[in-house]
Amino acid sequence: MKLVAVAGGVLVVAALIAAYVTFLTGGPTPYRVPQARAAGARSANLTLQTVAAVGSKLSPNKNWVSYLVREQGVWHRSTVWTLPANAVVHVTIFNYDGQSGLRNPFLAQPRGLLDGDTFAVDGKPMKVLDPDTASHTFAIPALGVIVPVLGIADDAKNQCEYAPCEESMAHETVTFSFRTGKPGHYRWQCFVPCAAGFIYGFGGPMQTIGYMDGFVNVV
Amino acid sequence: MKLRRLIGFNLLTAVILGVVGFYVGWWLGHLFDAASIDYFEDTGQNDIALFIAYFTGVVGFLVGLGFANYPVQRMLGKPSSLREKETRGAGRYFGLCTDHKVVGIQYLIGIGAFIFIGGLNAMLIRFELLTPTQHGWNANNYLTLVGLHGTMMMGMMTSGIIGPFANYLLPVMIGARRMAFPRIEALTFWLLMAAGVVLMTTIAFGGFPTGWTGYAPLNDQANMGMDAYIAFFALVGLSMSLLGLNMIATVITMRAPGLSWGRLPIFVWGVVSTSVLMLLAAPVLISVLLMVMLDRTAQTGFFNQAAGGSPYLYENLFWVFGHPEVYVLALPGMGILLEILPVFSRKPLWGYKLAVTGMLGIALLSFLVWQHHLFVSGINADLRPFYMLSTELISLPTGFIFVAALGTLWAGRIRLTVPMLFSLAWLFNFLVGGLSGVFLSDVPSDVTTHGSFFSMAHFHYTIMGGLLFAFFAGIYFWVPKMTGFQLNERWGKVHFWIMFVSFNSTFGPLLVIGFLGMPRRAVTYAGYLQGANTWVSVSAFVLGASMLIFLANFVYSLVFARVPAGSNPWASKSIEWQLPSPIPVHNFDRIPTFGDDPYPYGTDAGVAHRPAVAPARPTA
Amino acid sequence: MSLRSHGGRIGALTVIGTAIVLPLVIFVLGPNMPPGDWTNAGKSQVFDNTVLLAVMTPFTVFILVYIGYAVTMFRAKPDEELRDGPPIRGHFVSQVVWLVTTTAAVLFLAIFGSAELFASNGSGGGSGPNPIATPGGNVLPVQVIGQQWEFTYRYPTYGGVETAELMLPVNTEIEFHVTSLDAIHSFWAYQLGVKADANPGVDNIAFVKPTKVGAFQVRCAELCGIWHGYMFDTGHVVQSSQFASWIKQQRQAFSAVQRYLPKYATTYSPDPVARAG
Repeated sequence: MKLVAVAGGVLVVAALIAAYVTFLTGGPTPYRVPQARAAGARSANLTLQTVAAVGSKLSPNKNWVSYLVREQGVWHRSTVWTLPANAVVHVTIFNYDGQSGLRNPFLAQPRGLLDGDTFAVDGKPMKVLDPDTASHTFAIPALGVIVPVLGIADDAKNQCEYAPCEESMAHETVTFSFRTGKPGHYRWQCFVPCAAGFIYGFGGPMQTIGYMDGFVNVV
Repeated sequence: MKLRRLIGFNLLTAVILGVVGFYVGWWLGHLFDAASIDYFEDTGQNDIALFIAYFTGVVGFLVGLGFANYPVQRMLGKPSSLREKETRGAGRYFGLCTDHKVVGIQYLIGIGAFIFIGGLNAMLIRFELLTPTQHGWNANNYLTLVGLHGTMMMGMMTSGIIGPFANYLLPVMIGARRMAFPRIEALTFWLLMAAGVVLMTTIAFGGFPTGWTGYAPLNDQANMGMDAYIAFFALVGLSMSLLGLNMIATVITMRAPGLSWGRLPIFVWGVVSTSVLMLLAAPVLISVLLMVMLDRTAQTGFFNQAAGGSPYLYENLFWVFGHPEVYVLALPGMGILLEILPVFSRKPLWGYKLAVTGMLGIALLSFLVWQHHLFVSGINADLRPFYMLSTELISLPTGFIFVAALGTLWAGRIRLTVPMLFSLAWLFNFLVGGLSGVFLSDVPSDVTTHGSFFSMAHFHYTIMGGLLFAFFAGIYFWVPKMTGFQLNERWGKVHFWIMFVSFNSTFGPLLVIGFLGMPRRAVTYAGYLQGANTWVSVSAFVLGASMLIFLANFVYSLVFARVPAGSNPWASKSIEWQLPSPIPVHNFDRIPTFGDDPYPYGTDAGVAHRPAVAPARPTA
Repeated sequence: MSLRSHGGRIGALTVIGTAIVLPLVIFVLGPNMPPGDWTNAGKSQVFDNTVLLAVMTPFTVFILVYIGYAVTMFRAKPDEELRDGPPIRGHFVSQVVWLVTTTAAVLFLAIFGSAELFASNGSGGGSGPNPIATPGGNVLPVQVIGQQWEFTYRYPTYGGVETAELMLPVNTEIEFHVTSLDAIHSFWAYQLGVKADANPGVDNIAFVKPTKVGAFQVRCAELCGIWHGYMFDTGHVVQSSQFASWIKQQRQAFSAVQRYLPKYATTYSPDPVARAG
């Protein structure tokens, strides 16, 4: 009788531990960016969207800002991506969020990109963005990559309310390319204080994987 | 009939009322309109609701246990119910019971359970640190694990020795039948249990990213999980202050005739010096947490530099509590050490007055050293030499404890039982811990070691190598008295040796790793440290396994084997061992009179043992 | 065996142990203590650590020898009848000797540590906005800005240019000004022997003079949020000529963003409130 009770207790504890560990390992599933081969060099295309409010369909925190990635035409809220090593990655970001401004204006000049660190905003190549107009950034500090993303004007028409957003709604487009080197595991983050309501704008979605932070696995 | 007993003020009612109270508070909190508090809508975080919910939940829990009965009944002019004074039955252990011995055992099991949860988190942390690149847990979950491990351990181990052992034994050691405030005693236990549950709910609200120190302004940026941390420490602080208050009141007012302060067992001195710290330091913690709560909810600016506040204020207030807190952790272990050494050396405690001076000296100095946590944070440079001096000085009273221990061993007849092994290991571990502390207290050396794994290994050597080893010494020593059954000595030795070796194998290299440049709380590290970290993680898993061995021994010996221990298996001359095991409900038939010597070893040549007191006549 | 001879043996073992360990500590372990001797701050810390180890050695040897000796020689045989030891409750001379030697050691270490701290201008530690010990002569001010979750660096004497990499000229006294834009970070340049917390609104000054060229690791040493563990960098100490050309190149590379940077100041308070987009 005692043996049954003790054995039962052990099983209950083991089950609780298993549940705890499973909860901890929960997280966004990695998305493998499809590769292409062009002119003998490896390349990949990464298409992203940044939104002002992610909506309750995609997240329990419906008013959090977020990155989304387009996977076969469908937008997913996933921020862990797998990129090919020693390849050129072409990134397109559609931004539907307004301007928040950078805390450190230095981050408004892109670094770590091809073409002499230029990037294109709505098709126009630029060397630096006005820091007050930045809405988000895309940065992989370990690779030295940082790109500011222009925000839509406050009075733009047809603003997107909740993700996923359509291309017909007000948005700015930013495109750039960078080279991945040897395989590795790198974090990426946004540097603009875009987490509204949190002190310094750096709480909530800015400190949770799956919104404004993630990993890039270079394989 | 059995079912009838489920209705009434007991643990089941308490849990139900606690949950109901939580949801009532949650609903109340959500009456705050999102439109009137704009950050609610943007962030989705309603901290006000969560704080109110924790408060009402804990109140419901305590009411359900019956803590409101006495005040309410007295206010209504009715006689108080006798339920809490029940003297028999296993049901006493699951509810509000004013018998200090029951509270002691409740503490032992309750704290033990939460320590195992904290230890599980430690295993998960070390799993993550096996390699710098493969990640098992989500990046934010790692920080929650680190925070949960530290917070749970710190909150629970402050009462880790005083809770179980002082509650059970202090009245007996001073010849009293009860504590000064028995109901408050029970309250401190259930507050701690409620606190532990509150802390675990943090995972439902996103965890917290600050580690156990909860620095501002990161604690302001954090999600709702931070509120669980705040509520936890507020409850722990309350429990600590009440516990300290009760211990001091009991020792001052309830000593038996003839028991002057100079005749107290050294364990009681350890409890008294710790209680002074608990009583004075815990309220500072509660105040600083109140300020953090206001910053998070009412958007005040105590610690927000942009609003005119200062994160330094948090650092200072926290460490004014935090430093005495770590001596709350160290002192009871010293008390147990010096209580056990005489028994297994068969000699009186050497340098009794010196040891007491050491304990009181540590207690006093612990309030004067806190800025050593802030040496490189940009504090006024004029202050640093003073705090360097005060911190180095604290090694002097610690040295008194060491010399008293060493003197007790001198020319003794040493028996290497399991409690003795743990006590000797305490001496070794605390020596390493204390010496690493000397490095940290020296400002030039601290420049490299602050915030690194060296600092972490230092406090694990003192808190785990010291306190936890003393905790196990106390368990193996006193559990036969508390339960009447022996713990298997052979498995105790297996537990000891595996734990001692794996403990040093885990934290010794961490001293080196810290010196080699690895910062704390970092989920990734430089590649050249991978081999060392893998070694440390594997050692940590072995350390965790030794705990399972202990647990198996504990359960097997007490539930299945049940070999009677007799009243004095260690042939000790202290009073608690002259009583039956377990100690009867009323402790003594007649209040004993104490002689002038708490450690009368060697005063009757050739005689195995004689009662330390006369003329107590305990019942069989 | 009399107690006196036990005491003699313990004393002898302690002296022999110290005679063996102390030279090893001073001459073998000491010079190899972290953080290394690349900078004056590092050298000061290594010296300080060596002195600490040397002072601790005799006490440690004594305690370990004593415990080992006592547990072996004073052990009751397992099957012997239970007997008490002699009722020795204290020994005045031993207590006084212990008190005097430990007090002397502690006071010496406190005075020595303070002296070392002043002599090395803070030993690379952050000394706040008004450090008491400052190096005379030319210093190169370098500002380290900690932000969630990257370090950037500004050189006020080079037009306030901000860079993402830290490069320092060798054999130059560097005056780090460490500050933060948001949470508390900590600038830990390991091989330089520098650690200074980055507090928002505070200018934390640390001095160092690198004496060797090479790469050093920079890590954040104060938990600042999710990417605290990833907030690291590699800095370089290079020849002065290399430094001069590097900084010129950085000023050209970042001339586009220069006009947006706030004027150099020892602390910054960027507007923290995010507008909801």
